[in-house]
Amino acid sequence: MSKMLNLKLKIWRQNGPHAQGSFLEVDAHDIPEDASFLEMLDVVNERLIADDVEPVTFGHDCREGICGTCGVMINGQAHGPEKGTATCQLHMRKFNDGDEIVIEPWQATSFPILKDLMVDRRAFDRIVEAGGYISAPTGTAPDANEIPIPKEVADTSMDAAACIGCGACVAACPNSAAQLFTSAKLHHLNTLPQGQPERWKRTEAMVETMEDFFGSCTNHGECHEACPKEISLDFIAFMNKDYVKSKIKNRSLASKR
Amino acid sequence: MLDAKIPEGPIEDKWDNHRFNMKLVNPANKRKFDVIVVGTGLAGASAAASLAELGYNVKVFTFHDSPRRAHSIAAQGGINGAKNYRNDGDSIYRLFYDTVKGGDYRSREANVYRLAQVSVDIIDQCVAQGVPFAREYGGLLANRSFGGAQVSRTFYARGQTGQQLLLGAYQALAGAIKSGKVTLYNRSDVLDIVTKDGEAKGIIARDMLTGEMHAHSAHAVVLATGGYGNVYYLSTNAMACNVTAAWRAHRKGALFANPCYTQIHPTCIPASDEFQSKLTLMSESLRNDGRIWVPRDRDEARAVADIPEDERYYFLEEKYPAFGNLVPRDVASRNAKTVVDEGRGVGPLKNGVYLDFAAAIARDGEQAVRERYGNLFQMYERITGEDPYHSPMRIYPATHYTMGGLWVDYNLMTTVPGLYALGEANFSDHGANRLGASALMQGLADGYFVLPYTIGDYLAPKLGETALSTDDPVFTEAVKDVDDRARQWTTKKGGTHGVEHYHRELGKIVWEYCGMARNQNGLEKALSEIPALREEFRKNVKVLGSPDGINTMLEKVNRVDDFMEFAELKVRDALHRTESCGGHFREESQTEEGEALRDDENFAYVGAWEWNGPDQEQTLHKEPLEFEYVKLTQRSYK
Ligand SMILES: Cc1cc2nc3c(=O)[nH]c(=O)nc-3n(C[C@H](O)[C@H](O)[C@H](O)COP(=O)(O)OP(=O)(O)OC[C@H]3O[C@@H](n4cnc5c(N)ncnc54)[C@H](O)[C@@H]3O)c2cc1C
Ligand code: FES
Repeated sequence: MSKMLNLKLKIWRQNGPHAQGSFLEVDAHDIPEDASFLEMLDVVNERLIADDVEPVTFGHDCREGICGTCGVMINGQAHGPEKGTATCQLHMRKFNDGDEIVIEPWQATSFPILKDLMVDRRAFDRIVEAGGYISAPTGTAPDANEIPIPKEVADTSMDAAACIGCGACVAACPNSAAQLFTSAKLHHLNTLPQGQPERWKRTEAMVETMEDFFGSCTNHGECHEACPKEISLDFIAFMNKDYVKSKIKNRSLASKR
Repeated sequence: MLDAKIPEGPIEDKWDNHRFNMKLVNPANKRKFDVIVVGTGLAGASAAASLAELGYNVKVFTFHDSPRRAHSIAAQGGINGAKNYRNDGDSIYRLFYDTVKGGDYRSREANVYRLAQVSVDIIDQCVAQGVPFAREYGGLLANRSFGGAQVSRTFYARGQTGQQLLLGAYQALAGAIKSGKVTLYNRSDVLDIVTKDGEAKGIIARDMLTGEMHAHSAHAVVLATGGYGNVYYLSTNAMACNVTAAWRAHRKGALFANPCYTQIHPTCIPASDEFQSKLTLMSESLRNDGRIWVPRDRDEARAVADIPEDERYYFLEEKYPAFGNLVPRDVASRNAKTVVDEGRGVGPLKNGVYLDFAAAIARDGEQAVRERYGNLFQMYERITGEDPYHSPMRIYPATHYTMGGLWVDYNLMTTVPGLYALGEANFSDHGANRLGASALMQGLADGYFVLPYTIGDYLAPKLGETALSTDDPVFTEAVKDVDDRARQWTTKKGGTHGVEHYHRELGKIVWEYCGMARNQNGLEKALSEIPALREEFRKNVKVLGSPDGINTMLEKVNRVDDFMEFAELKVRDALHRTESCGGHFREESQTEEGEALRDDENFAYVGAWEWNGPDQEQTLHKEPLEFEYVKLTQRSYK
């Protein structure tokens, strides 16, 4: 049987994007140390329901740190204290008996609060729609081994593609910038041979869509610290370079038309 | 009689012949057709993107906030493709053969052959989209052998293959959304399928932000809504996975096939307590290097390191020398259950077996093991607080995948004309047991390469017909019914327990009596307990908050309500199938060595059930299975 913790929780409650929010204070007693953070919230919710109080709304699905649905600020840190760990994979053994834990939603103007701890991250989808893909209509592909890709290239592409789109980078950034997210997608596609034909168009479109929604990057590096997949800051530098180039390339491509 | 519409000709030619014989919609006319796709997992996203590329107008629905969150994202190990890049004797025929045999001869040969055929195109397609599959130093694609296969035909992207494949399909979908050919309805919960004169005409979806019910109409409806594994409450599925869309289709006339077939995955982290909300899978690829054992002595109390080799019971290696730790999932799972039931389990609750990497680390070095499985080891440590580099992992089987689903013909159409089912939602190509790395393959096969052809055959004759107006009474009545159903939960006062409680109770019944091993007594017991629980649930479940806005309890109560009905059918199916096959193990039907014993004479068929109304037993229809190419033999992995 696991050890039990008694915790003091302050949980943000807000009924809708425009509603007034406030903290709910909960004495969460007998929380098993082997529970995950979300299982702790499950226990709290079941107790609220027993008292006829509506449970706290939070986003979650896979609970394996891969779908990117979960994510809350835990004592001011996106996804909490454990490095490289999404909220759902954080376990209560990382806390001590008697701890006070403040739980809040991501805070960024482009991620409006929907309810309690749940936010709307559709702006991320808009960035991908702007060009975060390789156009390869079904059925047109050549043999998969026709274009060898050096292992190092495939590996670095995969490092970037590991992003789960949770939004912790934006939530952690003092400017609510989305550079880490956008650069990870760009790096994933722009390093691959298959990604070359649309590289400059993609870069310009994604960066500019990103700027429509999010703040600008001033190199704090908080995003990387908060990232559950520890996506590298190097990708931001690559993106910046590609963006400058894309301006020139796209202009010269346009003049050839 | 169920007509599977299997094309004529030798098995290698069936799909080609069929593609030639099907009616086509001319490219300029495709824009005159609307198609609804429900689900944005591998099957749904690939189908929606491919249909849009062809020119159809596609509306795609998901209850997630973004298509990229679908449960497919969690698949770890890999995807099969009969490329034979390793020169180790693989071929389309071998993948076909392995799949039919692995499925314990309960799948349709023609479908499986087609699946193996298009598997090679899937790999090409994914690479072209930028899926960063693992590669060798020479730059060519890497492969591994995976659960039960004796060739290396599995392609993988670290331990995140599902993520990368889904991102590929999601990105294709994003492109199609941008081009305007696809309209995305996110946070939309599809709660009913609408039919008129027996044909599928549309759906009713609840806007999960406002609670409003919306009717959507189209020329065809495609369900790619995943499996029903969460009927067990605890499973490796994502929390929101549910049977609702498929179940509602069943209630509208779609037959539900083989609901008793469930795959129990051998390598999951054992449950640690009652609060547990889900079980975590450790990729099966771990079985390539990990050795599974339990102490021979039931009362073993020494630390792992102090247990000498000869006092360790490597039960799979001993019983199945040829396949060892790589026997198919059902065999591995059942054997783990046997040793745990014998009292040899390990861990604080004695509810697991060891998966030990000491030998691999001694042989290849810790670094090599770290490279292969680093992220899995890290995940294990995060969850359990134990370090698998130094002490063996503890694993136990958990519900993972569902082979049953909506019955579909060769065209992937259900028994409701115009209603299709793809991916895990259909009863699919895996028979009574699925091989590792074949679900991703099947989802993408259905979505990229099968449906885009077969749907044209249904639509072509409808040229000129407009989609039914959502003002039609079938839609307005359906909206009202669905809305009433949702509101009844929140208007009902009193209530004793929340939804989780009832879901957990249901899960316990289904796991106990219709889990890894089933018998007549237990199943009959479940058949009496489930309706009683359902009644109590409907009377006493407590749903707080308003139906007119975000309400996660309300979302869940509808799903659990459907699981309550579905569970009964699942048990009934398990009770009627008195043979054992694949993941369906009837204790009454086993060989002397305790292996699943099929009864081909009486059960070589797909069992497809027809809804007859609430509180009525469903009617069983049979699709006989004929095996022309793969000879029926007792599976043996000795
Ligand atoms: C942990 C884990 C690991 C796995 N690893 C592997 C592996 O290595 N290899 C392999 O081949 N297979 C693996 N599988 C199996 C495989 O991942 C799944 O079978 C497959 O991804 C299912 O894909 P799908 O598209 O059919 O459904 P899903 O990915 O489940 O997608 C269902 C979609 O339908 C939507 N939906 C459902 N109902 C509704 C509704 N009522 N209204 C609106 N939207 C709805 C959801 O939002 C979602 O978008 C694994 C499974 C698990 C659980
Ligand atoms: S719930 Fe999926 S990443 Fe946390």
